[in-house]
Amino acid sequence: MSEPSLLIDNLHVTVEGREILRGVNLTVPRGETHALMGPNGSGKSTLAYTLMGHPKYKVTAGKVLWKGQSLLDLTPDQRAKSGLFLAFQYPVTVPGVSMVNFLRQSLRAVRGKEVAVRDFRKDLKSAMDVLKMDNQFVTRYLNDGFSGGEKKRAEMLQMAMLKPEMAILDETDSGLDIDALRIVSEGVNSLAGPELGVLIITHYQRILNYIKPQHVHVLYRGRVIVSGGPELVGRLENEGYDNIIKEFGPADDDAPQAAA
Amino acid sequence: MAVAAKDVQSGTDYKFGFHDEEDYVFKSQRGLNEQIIRDISAHKKEPEWMTKFRLRAYKHFLNRPLPNWGGDVSDIDFDNIFYYIKPAAEQGKTWGDVPEYIKETFDKLGIPEAERKFLAGVSAQYESEVVYHSIREDLEKMGVVFTDMDTGLREHGDVVKKYFGTVIPPNDNKFASLNSAVWSGGSFVWVPAGVKVEVPLQAYFRINAENMGQFERTLIIAEPGSFVHYVEGCTAPIYSTDSLHSAVVELIALEGARIRYTTIQNWSNNVYNLVTKRALAYRDATVEWVDCNLGSKLTMKYPAVYLMEPGAHGEVLSVAMAGAGQHQDAGAKMVHVAPNTTSIITSKSIAKGGGRTTYRGLVKAYNGAHDVKSKVRCDALLMDDESQSDTYPYMDIEDEKVDVGHEATVSKVGEDQLFYLMSRGLTEAEATNMIVNGFIEPIAKELPMEYAVELNRLVQLEMSGSVG
Repeated sequence: MSEPSLLIDNLHVTVEGREILRGVNLTVPRGETHALMGPNGSGKSTLAYTLMGHPKYKVTAGKVLWKGQSLLDLTPDQRAKSGLFLAFQYPVTVPGVSMVNFLRQSLRAVRGKEVAVRDFRKDLKSAMDVLKMDNQFVTRYLNDGFSGGEKKRAEMLQMAMLKPEMAILDETDSGLDIDALRIVSEGVNSLAGPELGVLIITHYQRILNYIKPQHVHVLYRGRVIVSGGPELVGRLENEGYDNIIKEFGPADDDAPQAAA
Repeated sequence: MAVAAKDVQSGTDYKFGFHDEEDYVFKSQRGLNEQIIRDISAHKKEPEWMTKFRLRAYKHFLNRPLPNWGGDVSDIDFDNIFYYIKPAAEQGKTWGDVPEYIKETFDKLGIPEAERKFLAGVSAQYESEVVYHSIREDLEKMGVVFTDMDTGLREHGDVVKKYFGTVIPPNDNKFASLNSAVWSGGSFVWVPAGVKVEVPLQAYFRINAENMGQFERTLIIAEPGSFVHYVEGCTAPIYSTDSLHSAVVELIALEGARIRYTTIQNWSNNVYNLVTKRALAYRDATVEWVDCNLGSKLTMKYPAVYLMEPGAHGEVLSVAMAGAGQHQDAGAKMVHVAPNTTSIITSKSIAKGGGRTTYRGLVKAYNGAHDVKSKVRCDALLMDDESQSDTYPYMDIEDEKVDVGHEATVSKVGEDQLFYLMSRGLTEAEATNMIVNGFIEPIAKELPMEYAVELNRLVQLEMSGSVG
């Protein structure tokens, strides 16, 4: 195993006064692909938003180290500049801002310098080819009037352009039909490798038929209750969450409670 | 001899808040009476009909109450205002003719530079008078008249007499009455039939003195089949007491003509900006108002198009931005007098830091104005919880065969939108600017490139300081 690039240690997070994460421990080494699975309400998206620094999610205890440095003091833009990327489950619409303008500004911000127009165009073209996107796509306003599938592809396009070191994919498979799922997965696979660590957050095993994680973690009621190899995905598919929770989950009296 | 704005009011991002030391040829005493009006008219050596017009208008002004709707104008102290200030003895034909300190001011505002780069003609008004004026020679040869209103009255008296005060009569509203009584400066544009002025004519209005009242008067006549794009910009120094800007603008687009009138207003936050703008569009004519309202303490402005004959088209594209202590009460009026006429109103407003924006608009179709189409869209963007936006879309439709659409949205720049953009590396300020620029993009893309850049820059300047 290579050096840990993302290390989450006993992370506690509250949202609007309610504790959602209750001591998450998770490590993703550099360049590895991990899956974080869990039933609805287990805290998967909370973890994603917390890692990217959404102001609504308050860390009450624990720490997150990213490439050896504390992540939690950084603003979201600083996190992006440090190589972290979050593909949103529900990307936000920004009317009047074209995809292409947005991508250029974003790329300049993340790299901290101007990007040559020719290189930009070339990278954009090849990324769009992989994702089977039409040229016209980037002239449209950011996520404005996009279908569910287009939004997810647009997220993948941003990831391809920004070239992060660690990408968190928050339910990227939700709302995708089988063809779109395959295209988006191929996009991820074309980027994954020693340069890119991936944390796939998903409820279903479906996307994991296309993107093969080295490690799988199951989140339940704000804690990782079990971590293992790809075989865990098979067990979940056959047995569902109930059996896994019965085997590894907490006793009933350990349910999360609303904070005062 | 410019005095920096920070001497007067610190902690502001308004770039044009400096003022010059006063060195004027003539400055009327504070307040208004009949004698001052006679003096202004005599000073300008006006024909008798204009003196009478002014005095009639003054009576209307005295008789009319202040409007009890829209913004709060009850604090305007009409007795404390200087109604007429003449800064220079002569109008300059070159910038060299303009008094040095005034030229420096316009230099700082970038006017001579813009003139060299992309304008067909420039008019620069300082206080009550136009101090510099020029028009490209080729346009002059084609018969295009672009001059200040006073010169227009002197040199084209018959045309002025025919149209002046016909679109906006002197008893239209209290502030139009005031303007009609004490007007000075402004532009007179007269485009001959069939002539298309492809590059913009620009007028620039600068208030300098404290408690100044600026009352320019503009009349644009586009003869059949002609086209003109007129652009106005305006700034003022920052003072702790208020100034008043109350213009009257009348446009006449004759058969098949098109007038585009673009305003990029950037008053300092102590200016009451109460302007009446109205156009008449005849058969197959088009009038477009592109109205960008930044700055001022209170703006009340509703550019109007009266669609007089079939085929006429009116359009208003409006951007308003209000920060702390500011109220932008802006909108549009489309009056369909004739059948088969069309109109579009697009309004975008941004409120931040406790500012207030109001869209107030009217679509009217008279009985007999059938087959009329009108589309109104107003979008408001709120930057925070303290800011406020209201919408008053009045409809007065007398005919049955009228197709009127109205859409309004209010959105708030939310945590989620900022977070999304910041997660892509943009700082909070960059993300905010991106959202705001995107919001006004439908208007900005209608402007010539130089003005679109200017609008985006001004908006960014207004935005800075709004985020931590």
